[in-house]
Amino acid sequence: MTLLAVQTLNGLQLGILLFLIAAGLTLVFGVMDFINLAHGVQYMLGAYLAVAGYGLTGSFWLAMLLALAGSLIIGLILEVLVFRHLYDRSHLDQVLATFGVILFLNESVKVVWGSSPLTLPVPEILDGSIPISDGLLYPVFRIALIVSGLAVAALLYVLVSWTRVGMLVRAGATNAQMVSALGVNIRRLFMFVFGFGAMLAGFAGIMAAPILAVEPGMGDNLLILAFVVIVIGGIGSIRGAFMAALIVGLVDTIGRSLATDIARLLLPPAAANDAGPAVASMLIYILMAGVLFFRPSGLFPARAG
Amino acid sequence: MKKILTAAVTAAALGLSGVAAQAESLKIGFLATLSGPPAALGEHMRDGFLLGVKEAGGKLGGLDTEVVIVDDELKPDVARTKVQGLLERDNVDIVAGVVFSNVMMAIYKPVIESETILISGNAGPSPIAGKACSPYFFSTSWQNDQNHEVMGEYAKDQGYGRVILMAPNYQAGKDSIAGFKRHYDGEVVDEIYTKLGQLDFSAEIARIADAKPDAIFTFMPGGMGVNLVKQYAQAGLKDSIPFLSAFTVDETTLPATQDQAVGLKSGSQWASTLDNEANKHFVAAFEKEYGYAPSLYASQGYDAARLIDGALKKAGGKDKEALMAALAEAPFDSVRGDFKFNTNHFPIQDFYVVEGAKRDDGKYIVNIVEKVFDDQGDAYAADCPM
Repeated sequence: MTLLAVQTLNGLQLGILLFLIAAGLTLVFGVMDFINLAHGVQYMLGAYLAVAGYGLTGSFWLAMLLALAGSLIIGLILEVLVFRHLYDRSHLDQVLATFGVILFLNESVKVVWGSSPLTLPVPEILDGSIPISDGLLYPVFRIALIVSGLAVAALLYVLVSWTRVGMLVRAGATNAQMVSALGVNIRRLFMFVFGFGAMLAGFAGIMAAPILAVEPGMGDNLLILAFVVIVIGGIGSIRGAFMAALIVGLVDTIGRSLATDIARLLLPPAAANDAGPAVASMLIYILMAGVLFFRPSGLFPARAG
Repeated sequence: MKKILTAAVTAAALGLSGVAAQAESLKIGFLATLSGPPAALGEHMRDGFLLGVKEAGGKLGGLDTEVVIVDDELKPDVARTKVQGLLERDNVDIVAGVVFSNVMMAIYKPVIESETILISGNAGPSPIAGKACSPYFFSTSWQNDQNHEVMGEYAKDQGYGRVILMAPNYQAGKDSIAGFKRHYDGEVVDEIYTKLGQLDFSAEIARIADAKPDAIFTFMPGGMGVNLVKQYAQAGLKDSIPFLSAFTVDETTLPATQDQAVGLKSGSQWASTLDNEANKHFVAAFEKEYGYAPSLYASQGYDAARLIDGALKKAGGKDKEALMAALAEAPFDSVRGDFKFNTNHFPIQDFYVVEGAKRDDGKYIVNIVEKVFDDQGDAYAADCPM
């Protein structure tokens, strides 16, 4: 029973990590109708910048500030150089161009930092752990991760629902041309949203760096998961991304911990060892397919109608 | 058939004698995975190999040596196309390198069928060690199962009665677990198969903590291993449940795991602290040249270059028959100490348990804990008809 509780906690925490990555992606997609495959490499850059910042300053917090600033700057540079020219193009063009950015940035990171994985130490103040069951410690940093994810969710909620910028963002998501006709500089709004999305990706990278390997291509895997999350949640919906991330985190974690045991009840052990992990790794995609079938616009669609 | 081919080769050589007469030169195609997340392994192996060539003054066995380096991108079909290019366009004398077994299986046939010498610097899939062995193939690494067998034997020696085994859910992961179980005779409490490329291991770690085994054995190459090691240490299991592994804790991942991997065990045929002249020289020269600590992959690449150098000297040139006979005698001082070829051209060598350690200069390396196997061959050599 404690094991199940622990696994639920683990699932929520994975969900929060996924939300951190998916939030920026769904924001950019929802507001700008822009498919940014490069979101994953922006996450990677956040992690690398934090490692570099840590090398310079020796402090996790200064490294975080530097990495956030760096993510924002790189995001804006990319917006001006590449993405700005793609807003009016078809989704396929956007996919192709942003995929090119992935290849370019993955290689650049390798040239600058090498291909061996790097690390970012957990900040001292969060370096403890709490015993939650016999023999198992829960790292404080993971709790910090959960808290920061919730904070980002709250910040986005307030920003989108209660501020003037948020109102414009929502309006822009509904009908960009109309907002533009009403005298709002939609280009500047898009640039702001994109920069913010880049910073969110960078922040996710910074928070992931102490628990995951910082290596070229680290964002590619997560990008796929992030897309699963925003498709399940409803593309463009922050609330949907949050709920879907938690669902995906829980389904994946509980699935991984129980699938083999359940398979063993039904199948001989050798077959169960094959079937369990195979099913567990498919679960979230099956979930996505189910959602797409029954509710094609996601569980919490951003746009009604 | 062979006679006809030899005649054809001679004729071709005569036809080109105008060029050949200038200076006999050697062309080696070096295939390694140099892009994507596992690129670090390929780079270590390549750097080791190039160091060996450089130390021979750019002339392995006294022949002007050109190394054509090719990235297989970890895609068997790409590797196959590029190897065809090496064989047909570049006319290489030797193909060397290859990090991953699936790439090796894809290029093995074309290289062997073109009667070109193939020297593996890493991959050692079981078919090549057994039924499909070839006189053209030589390995300066190991058969894939062996470093896992080392840990199984070690777990048995340590009296670990209950273990949990964990590996990614793909062929190499399953082979790893089979390899561990070959010598291990205790109880396997659980076998956990994870997703390839898994990021978060908290679910698996919670299961391990719950089952309280005497030890765990895992095979988590590359970034997966880094994720696991970090999270294992952060969950506080590092000091309570011994961590046995293969290809998880080495100098390619230690820069990322650092203190969190100190004391974690791994099976290996080499460590930078092995006490022999060739190794001392290699480690010092490698770090001077590249500025980072060599891993077992680097040592295998270096040995491959030294093997070619020694065999060419012994054969007195690159005449294929003589060169193959010379290669089989392994006429070089391996950085791992004892080294000779088995009937299937895989090494007979010693295997050790190593552990992550921090050196006095702050670099992280693996250090020898104890020798587990002495002059050990692999389990498939008996199936090889050679």
